[in-house]
Amino acid sequence: MNPHPLIESLAGIYPEGRLLIHPGELASFESDGLTSYRTRPAAVVIAETQGEVIETVTLCHQHGVPFVARGSGTSLSGGSVPVKDGIVIALNRLTRIVRLDLTERIAVVEPGVINLDVSKASAASGLYYAPDPSSQQICTIGGNVAFNSGGAHCLKYGMTSNHVLALKAVLPDGEVVQLGSESVEGVGPDLVGLFVGSEGLFGIALEITLRLLPRPEQYQTVLAAYHSLEAAGNAVASVVASGLLPGAIEIMDRLAIQAAEAAVHPNYPKGAEAVLIVELEGEAEQVAEEYKRLEVVIRDSGAYEVRLAQDEADRQRIWKGRKSAFSAVGRLSPDFIVQDGVVPRSRLGETLAEIKRLSQQYNIRVANVFHAGDGNLHPLILYDGREAGAHERAEKLAGEIIRLCIRLGGSITGEHGVGLEKRGYLPEMYGEADVDLMWKLRCAMDPKQIANRGKMFPSGASDGPQAARATGLHPLEREGIISRE
Amino acid sequence: MLRPTTIEDLQAAVREGGRLLPRGGGTKPALSTPTEGVTPLDLSGLSGVLEYNPGEFTFTALAGTRVAEVQALLDSHGQYLPFDPPLADRGATLGGTVAAGVSGPGRYRYGGVRDFILGVRMVDGNGDVVYGGGKVVVQLHCAALQETMQALYRVYTARLDVDALDLAPETDGSATLWVRLGGLPDALPARAERIRAMLGGGDNVTGEREAWLWREARDFAWAQPDWILVKVPVTPKRIASVETLHATSLRRYSAAGNVAWIASPESPQSLDGHLSSVGLSGLMLFGPPGHARLGIRTGQAVERRVKEVFDPQNRFSET
Repeated sequence: MNPHPLIESLAGIYPEGRLLIHPGELASFESDGLTSYRTRPAAVVIAETQGEVIETVTLCHQHGVPFVARGSGTSLSGGSVPVKDGIVIALNRLTRIVRLDLTERIAVVEPGVINLDVSKASAASGLYYAPDPSSQQICTIGGNVAFNSGGAHCLKYGMTSNHVLALKAVLPDGEVVQLGSESVEGVGPDLVGLFVGSEGLFGIALEITLRLLPRPEQYQTVLAAYHSLEAAGNAVASVVASGLLPGAIEIMDRLAIQAAEAAVHPNYPKGAEAVLIVELEGEAEQVAEEYKRLEVVIRDSGAYEVRLAQDEADRQRIWKGRKSAFSAVGRLSPDFIVQDGVVPRSRLGETLAEIKRLSQQYNIRVANVFHAGDGNLHPLILYDGREAGAHERAEKLAGEIIRLCIRLGGSITGEHGVGLEKRGYLPEMYGEADVDLMWKLRCAMDPKQIANRGKMFPSGASDGPQAARATGLHPLEREGIISRE
Repeated sequence: MLRPTTIEDLQAAVREGGRLLPRGGGTKPALSTPTEGVTPLDLSGLSGVLEYNPGEFTFTALAGTRVAEVQALLDSHGQYLPFDPPLADRGATLGGTVAAGVSGPGRYRYGGVRDFILGVRMVDGNGDVVYGGGKVVVQLHCAALQETMQALYRVYTARLDVDALDLAPETDGSATLWVRLGGLPDALPARAERIRAMLGGGDNVTGEREAWLWREARDFAWAQPDWILVKVPVTPKRIASVETLHATSLRRYSAAGNVAWIASPESPQSLDGHLSSVGLSGLMLFGPPGHARLGIRTGQAVERRVKEVFDPQNRFSET
């Protein structure tokens, strides 16, 4: 593969400063939120218009050179790690909110718009964009669409896919398509649902029509502390069985609490083996009644301390501890792997016990943070990359946890995606015929397989990114600018 | 007419060749009546709930299973299908509901049928059995596979102690607005009062009449049996353009103005023209075969690519 004729063509589109080819300029694009993988692209283009993106994709297709679309680079599965000698199309400058229709409750945005900015733009009308990845202050809608991102409140409102009504996208061969409509209902196959979560393999979203929701009138956030992780897990089962559907149900274990305390001082109850966060939200009367029911469930669940957020600042403090947990773990360990798996809720207790056993067997510390309401686990595997073989052992443990999820009838990812990190596990979750069908779909959308090549599917001999490992926190993470979920 | 009773029979039927039109309960005749040269493939022989796990709020059933059968089973555990599957009392099947992609009034609050499907096992156009999706609430990111032959359905919902009531404020006499509330009983009167205050009036409807009202809506009992019935996705602002259509038609707007159900004495061709002229799409449920989709079509380039993968020999007919 010789990308140089392509770069010559790209120079015809992009002025100096928006076409990066020197190693020093490329360095900051070599990695993403999965910091242990690094690959150098041939060039990075910084697009400012949809037209430039379309032209770039078309040229890549003509030259048969792979490309990776990139927003803020917060992917935790290596989804935006470049392809060696390929092109990175940076979308951070496509930040137009094309249309905001507050009576129809929709926002039409370009892919580089930051998640939280959609809510900020609609806040004056009492509306917001519901999906809330922990990185929402920096992650972009384009990346959210590619990976069908989740967040703590997706328990009640659904993932990104449930909030995208329509898409304008450029397919990997340069064809521009319009999918969906502004209605929540559709006719024919759900093509928007097909595109959302396709991990950049089906092309690049250029304009995304998002559904906005009215901000809940009332929140009631409860923090309960337990002497054992199992008791907290059982409390989740009781909350769900009671018929309540809270906005969020989250659990953090002792190690995760310790990290959060060191980083952002949320002042969680002392001596807790686990804390449970349950947030009710909605109309005031409904929340008041739901709280009566929740109070009984929590009281009977063996919590030794229960706190109720007194005001918005208090609520934000509780959430800050949870949302910063991943990065905070950097205080406990120089390196860590963020795992993302799902198990049926009824197998949560069993799963946690097995993770504990594995942690002891490997003699590797594992902190647990999870979206307990939907069985989505985020074990954080702590290691020191400077020790010989430590990374390999940590990855092996991570693999055992993922296989455990598959064995219990769960999934290899809840919200981070398959990306680079988990492509080897796809055939363990699906049969040969199933993966083959997905591959055919990939080829139908991208005949030359240039869009985000090497992601999601198990690596062939030639197409996998030749990732070199790095250790430690992402520099921005170390500065506290970005955080992971 | 082919009527397989095992997956193997179904695979063989697909591999046999010819053009096929899958059919479940036949409650949406515009979609299940074959046109010339197309063989009906009756899936009612592939019926039954295979697995139900109330604690996980999930079940798995064969595509030919009647929705009403599933509803009865769920009801015995205090659970239900919140998207109000249409035509259930008339015999609609799960497979037909998914293939048509139709949901009832409850989709406004809880999401549509697509949002409740966690995984699908199906026979593709090559006669191969393939699986897509996961089995747990949070999904592996995968294509939402709608063109189903045999499907796995899993439901995620919790039923609160629902004591629903409706409000029917009289506006100018030309339209009636129905608002349904559900939730914890002690909170309902105050919530209903707020809506009444907002609308400036309205009567409560409860009990039998309440249940009848929504059943009537789900089963399109209001639509003339010999008229066409078409689903048209809209937004509240687009309602005005639907109202410019054929004056003698009946219109019901559902899901807070996101769906227009149009029952009309006009021909499918005529409505097709009307919808195209205002930039809307439609799916015909009742009416003659051969006109499943009306109005504009978006995303055809992608739809064609998907079809080529799932059904390269074009075995499955749209009608």
